[in-house]
Amino acid sequence: MGVALTRSAQWTAAGYGTRTLEITPLNEVILKEIAMFVESFIYKHPQEAKYVFVEPLEWKTNLDPSAFESGYIVSETTVKSEEVDKDGQPLLFLSVPHIKIRSLGQLSRLLLIAKDRKLKEAQACIKDYEFSNGCRAPPWRQIHGEICYVLVKPHDVETLCVTCSTEGVFLNGGKTEDEGEINYERKSEMYKDLVTFLKEKSAKFSENMSKQDIRFTEEWKKENEEPKEVPKKEEADALPKAFLASSKNILEKNQINFGKIQMTKRLEPTLNWKATVDFKKHKSLLRNTQEKKHGGRLGRSGPPVSPGRAQLVRKSAEKIEEILSDSSSENEEDEEPPDRRQEANADLPSEYWQIQKLVKYLKGGNQTATVIALRSMKDFNLAQETCQLAIRDVGGLEVLINLLDTDEVKCKIGSLKILKEISHNPQIRRNIVDLGGLPVMVNILDSPHKSLKCLAAETIANVAKFRRARRAVRHHGGITKLVALLDCAQSSAKPAQSSLYDARDVEVARCGALALWSCSKSNANKEAIRQAGGIPLLAHLLKTSHENMLIPVVGTLQECASEENYRAAIKAERIIENLVKNLNSENEQLQEQCAMAIYQCAEDKETRDLVRLHGGLKPLASLLNNTDNKERLAAVTGAIWKCSISKENATKFREYEAIETLVGLLTDQPEEVLVNVVGALGECCQEYENRVLVRKCGGLQPLVNLLVGINQTLLVNVTKAVGACAVEPESMMIIDRLDGVRLLWSLLKNPHPDVKASAAWALCPCIQNAKDAGEMVRCFVGGLEFIVNLLKSDNKEVLASVCAAITNIAKDQENLAAITDLGVVPLLSKLANTNNDKLRRHLAEAISRCCMWGRNRVAFGEYKAVAPLVRYLKSNDANVHRATAQALYQLSEDADNCITIHENGAVKLQLFWISFHFCSHAGRILYLLLLGMIGSSDQDLQEAAAGCISNIRRLALAIDKARYT
Amino acid sequence: YQSHCTKSIGDGLGRQCFKKSEVECLIRLFHSLVERANVRLNNFGLDRNAFRAILHSVFGMTDDMLMNRVFFAFDKDNDNCINAKEWVKGLSVFLRGTFEEKLKFCFEVYYLNGDGYISQEEIFDMLKNSLHQQSSEEETDEGIRELVDITLKKMDYDNDGKISFADFEKAVKEDKLLLEVFGPCLPEAKVECQQLKLVKGTF
Repeated sequence: MGVALTRSAQWTAAGYGTRTLEITPLNEVILKEIAMFVESFIYKHPQEAKYVFVEPLEWKTNLDPSAFESGYIVSETTVKSEEVDKDGQPLLFLSVPHIKIRSLGQLSRLLLIAKDRKLKEAQACIKDYEFSNGCRAPPWRQIHGEICYVLVKPHDVETLCVTCSTEGVFLNGGKTEDEGEINYERKSEMYKDLVTFLKEKSAKFSENMSKQDIRFTEEWKKENEEPKEVPKKEEADALPKAFLASSKNILEKNQINFGKIQMTKRLEPTLNWKATVDFKKHKSLLRNTQEKKHGGRLGRSGPPVSPGRAQLVRKSAEKIEEILSDSSSENEEDEEPPDRRQEANADLPSEYWQIQKLVKYLKGGNQTATVIALRSMKDFNLAQETCQLAIRDVGGLEVLINLLDTDEVKCKIGSLKILKEISHNPQIRRNIVDLGGLPVMVNILDSPHKSLKCLAAETIANVAKFRRARRAVRHHGGITKLVALLDCAQSSAKPAQSSLYDARDVEVARCGALALWSCSKSNANKEAIRQAGGIPLLAHLLKTSHENMLIPVVGTLQECASEENYRAAIKAERIIENLVKNLNSENEQLQEQCAMAIYQCAEDKETRDLVRLHGGLKPLASLLNNTDNKERLAAVTGAIWKCSISKENATKFREYEAIETLVGLLTDQPEEVLVNVVGALGECCQEYENRVLVRKCGGLQPLVNLLVGINQTLLVNVTKAVGACAVEPESMMIIDRLDGVRLLWSLLKNPHPDVKASAAWALCPCIQNAKDAGEMVRCFVGGLEFIVNLLKSDNKEVLASVCAAITNIAKDQENLAAITDLGVVPLLSKLANTNNDKLRRHLAEAISRCCMWGRNRVAFGEYKAVAPLVRYLKSNDANVHRATAQALYQLSEDADNCITIHENGAVKLQLFWISFHFCSHAGRILYLLLLGMIGSSDQDLQEAAAGCISNIRRLALAIDKARYT
Repeated sequence: YQSHCTKSIGDGLGRQCFKKSEVECLIRLFHSLVERANVRLNNFGLDRNAFRAILHSVFGMTDDMLMNRVFFAFDKDNDNCINAKEWVKGLSVFLRGTFEEKLKFCFEVYYLNGDGYISQEEIFDMLKNSLHQQSSEEETDEGIRELVDITLKKMDYDNDGKISFADFEKAVKEDKLLLEVFGPCLPEAKVECQQLKLVKGTF
């Protein structure tokens, strides 16, 4: 009986549709009937009303919990019925706005409670009804794989009553005399999807569809560009009109003709039609349409690849995820390119007509004819865009993808061979995804047929070059299956026998890795690969010597190495060793990928050491000499940059004469290379010998020249390198002569904080080592004012670097006087309440330096910089202590500050802190000083601390004296 | 009789073929099939109908004309009857055949009139049913003629309007998909596996 109701309800549901359909009188009558039937049920059949449904009826209700009275437990947002089933579960459960009802009795009561809104409730209930598996077909038809039934009235043919099933779409026997029944028998061939079916049945539809294809693409584009301007409703309304002029007629007609079995809802043409080929996943068209509405604009980067319930919920989140998750979107064709179609009749090449004929044979031929046609199609120049687009424009893609769903291995192979070639075309890739090609190919990955697997994986590798496709691969379980392909070569042989691998197994693994390489450009896929156990398999394959396979394997690894857990795994799986080994390969692409992987991983110190220990630095250095292949050069210089962060490595690079080569690469190279070369020099020049070497090789001039660039990353690296060189007074002279200091100074005006900070850091050694630093700084008109004002920045790194620069500037009395006039004291004081140790250190240094002028000491006290400074002694950073002790010593020259220091317990703090951090350098010295056992090696600190404490002591004594006399 | 038979047949087969036990198994299978098919005739062979029935039920073939041709390819001595030796030989190609053997077998199936070439007319015959009925018969015929042209263009390397074994071999070696270019005449990969299991297993 429950089934009987759901049956009628479900069918009526279609008649109702959603907002876009008007409520017809007929439908209203049906609804009233249902409501009356349900309402009176509890009285007429009290026994039956108590039967508990297996699955609850669920919908979104408009009823407020307050409407429920006796018999219900009501809270602010939930309602539970007192009537429960044998497990104690309430038969009615409302959690605003979702309601679940599990007996007809409760349904009756609800309608009584709803009073004048009962029709609305009944409608909502019926409209939202769907079997939990997403099907609309009654259960006894679901076992035949049927999902729902659709009535279609095209312009040029009679009304078609169509069954959508997991097998595809076909014409059924239409409605029977018996009201509400369908003759379920199949009356036509099986079609892949509704669109194909209609294209076949109605010439008009086919024509309109191909016209609309173009329009839709344009409209999407427009919408995507200005997403907020087109209201949702308008879009839902306007598109159908544009799509099928007669759709309204159809709706009306069907409603009159068909009573309960109207499925007109599904007549509403949606953009998603093209994407609904995937009936196998039990998704109804209706669901799809609703989904589109609920999902709203967020989810519409294009038609969903395989619309599903889970996707509905995740859609908006997904979109955000995708935006965040692409590691390399800039070199990806992520913007949808305009869909170009060859204009009808406009000088079509002869290939077009030949291909059209072949597609006809594909459609209408048996296996033999199909294979011949496929074979012949393969003989066209499939690398040519004309042929690629011709195949698509004559409907060949649909057929090719359909063939993948058959049992004919030969047809599948033939089809994939073509798809593999034409999917090099970005437009075709998108079309394949839109036509639902990816799930089918993902399924083929399970095939026992190795060459079939390979072809499918290779095609996926081509298609998954854009986000949506990569996501589709993951959502259809493709990542796990691709990772499983990597296992092929392993199951048969032990690593030691790697040469004995069956060539075909290696090929399978190669193709799997190739597809994973494409997929691994999305972060979510990286994670999926890891979870599927991909890392050890990749690590294993890396030990083999098949060059063709190594490239995609290393490619995948380097792509994934942007993730921390991959880098850790790469270290743990001893992958570095093999990366280094393959740097010595003859294959340029392999060298490039290995260098990229090292570049990604060498942020980690241990990894850098591993690269050195496995002898990776020498091949890297020697690869520098080949500069023709810019991609590889960029990867190699990148690896050298990251590796040279370790001092030992920088020394090694000097031994391998890499420094000279790097200097040579400072000119006439593309920016990707320059960034890395300069980065490497910046790291290497932390060493004295390397600094000298750079100067001797004439590296300073090109470096200073690069200071005028606009690439932010490059500027950060250049300023750092120039700064590193300026540590050498001799180099500094050259830099000054080349006007480098002025260029650095002007970079303080760069809008990018990283560049600002890096320039300020670089200025410090310049000022330290310039011959007449004070005069040099004063030369920059407005320069001092500008740098003082940078203390208003909210970037910690900028602040720290500017403090450091000010410390150096203030060494010159005249400049110190100038910046004091510019208000440096209040600005520095304002920063005192920071927790950032780096900033604390440089701020304390700046303060102690600025104390040396006029009444600045007093001013710092007035601006309340002293008390926060005392608290710096609680920090764990010895550098902070040292700087703070010095600052406090300077400040304690003023009696008021002394009191503040004393009040804030500097001495106590030190003792407290010393007991816990006894080993700390500064702490130990202070401790020794306090005990009167002076013997520290740090003269500055010693004096500072001693001075500070003696000042405080003196003051304390004076105060005591005053008190007691 | 059986062991004698096994020996003589076994001698005639290449190295890549069945083990002795497997040959025995095949012969037992043959006899049971003959018995089932020809109880009345007391014949030691399978006639065309019986053989076709086996091709259909065991190897999943459906095309009548091709099944006839397979029969003739099996029936080396042209006595319209397949004896035990022909059976085992044929099946060895079917189930264990090397690529070359299969290549030869397919070519034999496709050239019927014995002149060593597959002619244009023969191709037309074989592809006659390969297209579903189009709107008109002429159109279908035209389509088939086109398919014939395509295959000839693809496979007739010496441009003599017919396909020699050399042509066939060259074309198939270039693309294995062309092995059964004029219609399925080998067991499908799936069936092949099952049958191999049958032969290995107990029969």
